[in-house]
Amino acid sequence: MFYREAGDFSTTYAEDQQTFPIKFDRYRYYLVLFIAIVVVPFVVNDYWVNSLLLPFLIYAIAAIGLNILVGYCGQVSLGTGGFMAVGAYSCYKFMTGVDIWWGGELLFRLPEFNIFFSVIMGGVMTALVGVLFGLPSLRIKGFYLAVATLAAQFFLVWLFNRVSWFYNYSASGQINAPERDLMGILITGPSTEPWAAYLFCLFFTIVCAVIARNLTRGASGRKWMAIRDMDIAAEIIGVNPLKAKLTAFAVSSFFVGISGALFFSVYLGAVEVGEAFGITKSFLVLFMIIIGGLGSIFGSFAGAAFLVLLPVALKVVGVDWLGWPTDIVAHLQLVIVGGLIVIFLIAEPHGIAQLWRVAKEKLRLWPFPH
Amino acid sequence: MNEQLAYTIEVFANGLMAGVLYALVALGFVLIYKASGIFNFAQGVMALFAAMTLVGIQNGQVPFAHLINSIFGTDIHYFGWTVHSAFAIILTVGVMVLLAVFVQRFVFRHLVGQEPIILFMATIGLAYFLEGMADLMWGSDIKTLNVCATEGACLPQGMNVWLEGTTYEALGYGFFIDNLDIVASIVAAFLVIGLVMFAQYTKQGRAMRAVADDHQAALSVGVSLNFIWILVWSLAGFVALVAGIMWGAKSGVQFSLSLIALKALPVLMLGGFTSIPGAIVGGLIIGVGEKMFEFLIGAPFLGGATENWFAYMLALVFLVFRPQGLFGEKIIERV
Repeated sequence: MFYREAGDFSTTYAEDQQTFPIKFDRYRYYLVLFIAIVVVPFVVNDYWVNSLLLPFLIYAIAAIGLNILVGYCGQVSLGTGGFMAVGAYSCYKFMTGVDIWWGGELLFRLPEFNIFFSVIMGGVMTALVGVLFGLPSLRIKGFYLAVATLAAQFFLVWLFNRVSWFYNYSASGQINAPERDLMGILITGPSTEPWAAYLFCLFFTIVCAVIARNLTRGASGRKWMAIRDMDIAAEIIGVNPLKAKLTAFAVSSFFVGISGALFFSVYLGAVEVGEAFGITKSFLVLFMIIIGGLGSIFGSFAGAAFLVLLPVALKVVGVDWLGWPTDIVAHLQLVIVGGLIVIFLIAEPHGIAQLWRVAKEKLRLWPFPH
Repeated sequence: MNEQLAYTIEVFANGLMAGVLYALVALGFVLIYKASGIFNFAQGVMALFAAMTLVGIQNGQVPFAHLINSIFGTDIHYFGWTVHSAFAIILTVGVMVLLAVFVQRFVFRHLVGQEPIILFMATIGLAYFLEGMADLMWGSDIKTLNVCATEGACLPQGMNVWLEGTTYEALGYGFFIDNLDIVASIVAAFLVIGLVMFAQYTKQGRAMRAVADDHQAALSVGVSLNFIWILVWSLAGFVALVAGIMWGAKSGVQFSLSLIALKALPVLMLGGFTSIPGAIVGGLIIGVGEKMFEFLIGAPFLGGATENWFAYMLALVFLVFRPQGLFGEKIIERV
């Protein structure tokens, strides 16, 4: 692929190094941002936000996180659901004030964090847990590691189910997001305005995407990719595998944790851990990056959009138009998703992102193919 | 005899039996992995699919009945006959062979030479596909599975009264062991002996081992890779059917059956992916380990239900010290 355009000259190094060196791409990026930030909040209603936009934005963050680990660093993880749960529960604990007990007595209680910092703390705690579960990756590789991350998935879900400290000893075993505001505007709770929730998530999505994009094209990203392509060779040319793998786990888990925190606090509002963050969630996010494109930030967005839209589209077509029962549509969805995974792996291992790239090149040369 | 000790032994024995069932699923993994290097995540769903197909055929269900009914507005559910178990099993084996051909022809033939991790993810996709397919074909409600040779001679249910009686008289403590578990152990033993004999003494078995050893060398002496791969997937389908029957008879044919496959993964990691004895020993270790852990530590101190994660944690810790598993071949990596 050629990523330079005739007549589009760079005169400074800074210009040459920017994320979107082509003017056309850059302006399109600004346009998308403009629409997302300025136009969308005024036109959306509750249905659009809650069934499409919020899940899309939140899953996009999770997909970016997982893509850093799987697509850029080559360490397959099936523990995404568990890590999202860590984000959600630590966000909850920080929102309601962390209480530390010792010997049956309340030692001290942290003040309740602002929702913004709670979400950030969700990411930080998940990064710590991620590093912990990333440690075995130094010894075990490939699908051995994939299975090892299942340990994280099942252990974490069990932990949040059993230890009542995590859900503040509530009788139902659920966690419920209390009403919290940011500068006087409600962000969580049932009476939140749709546009506020949307903008809050959008902010995190944009920041995460920008950070991820810049990390992956910088030194750390190159190290990750070297490890992915061949870890022994990378080690020989001086990439420290310990540092590279653990930073990948940390950064990836940070994003996944943020998405988990948003998923709980802004999107769902109440969470039962086995249901919301089970193994199916891990697979869902993995499928997003396979379909969207491994090793591509745009692919993470595309995959998230695709798998958020697919069930909605199937429901509209199957249930509303054709009048089929919902369970058939649900089963059909499994068949289609599974089939698509296989088809993408066979036909286009780089996913929608690559299709998009090819289409762009074709269009640029059109109507003359050479 | 000490009551506590006797109870511990009983937990141990039950763990051993559960381990046999894990090993049964793990066997299917090892077969495919050895011959084609594919780590078949779909093995558990194959067991579910096989068990559902068996029940469906036995009861004379119309496949895709629900879908057909909602498209054409008809109201068909059953053909109105029941099929004898033995015949139904043969038909199900046929379906599993067809599935093997389908999988080989449409999926893995196009993925030859890809990285193992890509193949692994393809089998995850396959697992989803099969799961949806099984539900579409036979409906997703929980079914009871009864395999009967003749009227009244079914797979046994409940605990073994004889064993309890004898041990009570001899030791003063009645051991509680499921009849089905005993049958499953015997079946598993026969299955393993059969598979080993097949691999050692038949032409196809030898070809299979040749392919496992070196694809290209096997190809050059005239072994058809395509045929061997179909054979291996069929064998794995057969093992899945046996596992599906055993688990299905134990706890009903339902979605959770496919989660057993996930349980088989730590078994494999313990035993090593390439070793049939490893699968069995690993299965027994995991089965006993998780039951004993739950009994001795989990239930009294950790609030129970540790069975969900203990196997994975054990495998994780174990792998850090011995990455190739107990019986696996030593991993040698070169640039």
